[in-house]
Amino acid sequence: MGLGPFFGAKLDEAIGWARKYSIFQYPFVTACCGMEYMATACSHYDVDRFGAGLVRFSPRQADVLFVVGTISHKLAPALKRVYDQMCEPKWVVAFGVCTCTGGFYDNYATVMGIDTLIPVDVYIPGCPPRPESVLDGLMKLQEKIAAGAQRY
Amino acid sequence: MDGQAILLRLTATFGSGIVESHDHRGDHTAVVERSAIRDVLAFCRDDPDLRFDVLMDLTALDYLKYPGREFGPRFEVVYHLYSLPHNHRLRLKVRVDDEGAVVPSAVSLWPIANWFEREVWDMFGIRFDGHPDLRRLLMYEEFQGHPLRKDYPVNKRQPLIGPKN
Repeated sequence: MGLGPFFGAKLDEAIGWARKYSIFQYPFVTACCGMEYMATACSHYDVDRFGAGLVRFSPRQADVLFVVGTISHKLAPALKRVYDQMCEPKWVVAFGVCTCTGGFYDNYATVMGIDTLIPVDVYIPGCPPRPESVLDGLMKLQEKIAAGAQRY
Repeated sequence: MDGQAILLRLTATFGSGIVESHDHRGDHTAVVERSAIRDVLAFCRDDPDLRFDVLMDLTALDYLKYPGREFGPRFEVVYHLYSLPHNHRLRLKVRVDDEGAVVPSAVSLWPIANWFEREVWDMFGIRFDGHPDLRRLLMYEEFQGHPLRKDYPVNKRQPLIGPKN
């Protein structure tokens, strides 16, 4: 084994370490979960400790798509389009039960989980989830990013 | 004008055009023949004693499985009128059957009826004759069926729609 493979392996780890602490989020906020998302983002719980404090409202500059709140059938094409516009590498977080499974909405208007539209990396259940569980989900995502696991 | 007097006035003017009328705790309702609804609405808006200048609401009901109404006309289109100058209210109803569920449009009388009627078309599948632009209001064009009809399956899944350009 020469220096090349060793160097390559370590480089991946270094990139993963750098990426997991520089999460640029795109918050796709549609419903009441947005309040809990804001609570998590603000100083009391402070996602900036995890390097995820800088929110980009352009999908082209974001790494992680936070889907926060109910997605209706009418909104589904917009979500798909935002996901397609994001540059790779990209990750998706389903925030709240509505995005995970449709939640208690079982009707003509609601998409039954965003994983019917786009691949999801981390599911954060709750209606809405506590900020602690959001941070837990964020740390799980960081592990995934550091390990270089990709789903796109 | 008193609600009872409004109903009497309508009955005197339109005769058999008013099918029935009743009041419940001060809310006065007249059920109107479909062929007469356009004239009744215009009369309610323009008559100096009535002057119903606001169309508060226009909605519909589906009586498909309603006890006692299984064989009657399936739908009812409901107009809620309010008069700012006289501060009185009136509810008008039109009964429509499933086949040929068409009601004359009220857009030329109250412009707000445009979106109300689009919503009723979207949710119940009742058409409005003379509407300038009868498209779905809340649901998307690819949606199949009319979700507030009582025979729309509760757990029906619609096909997902792709991105539009």
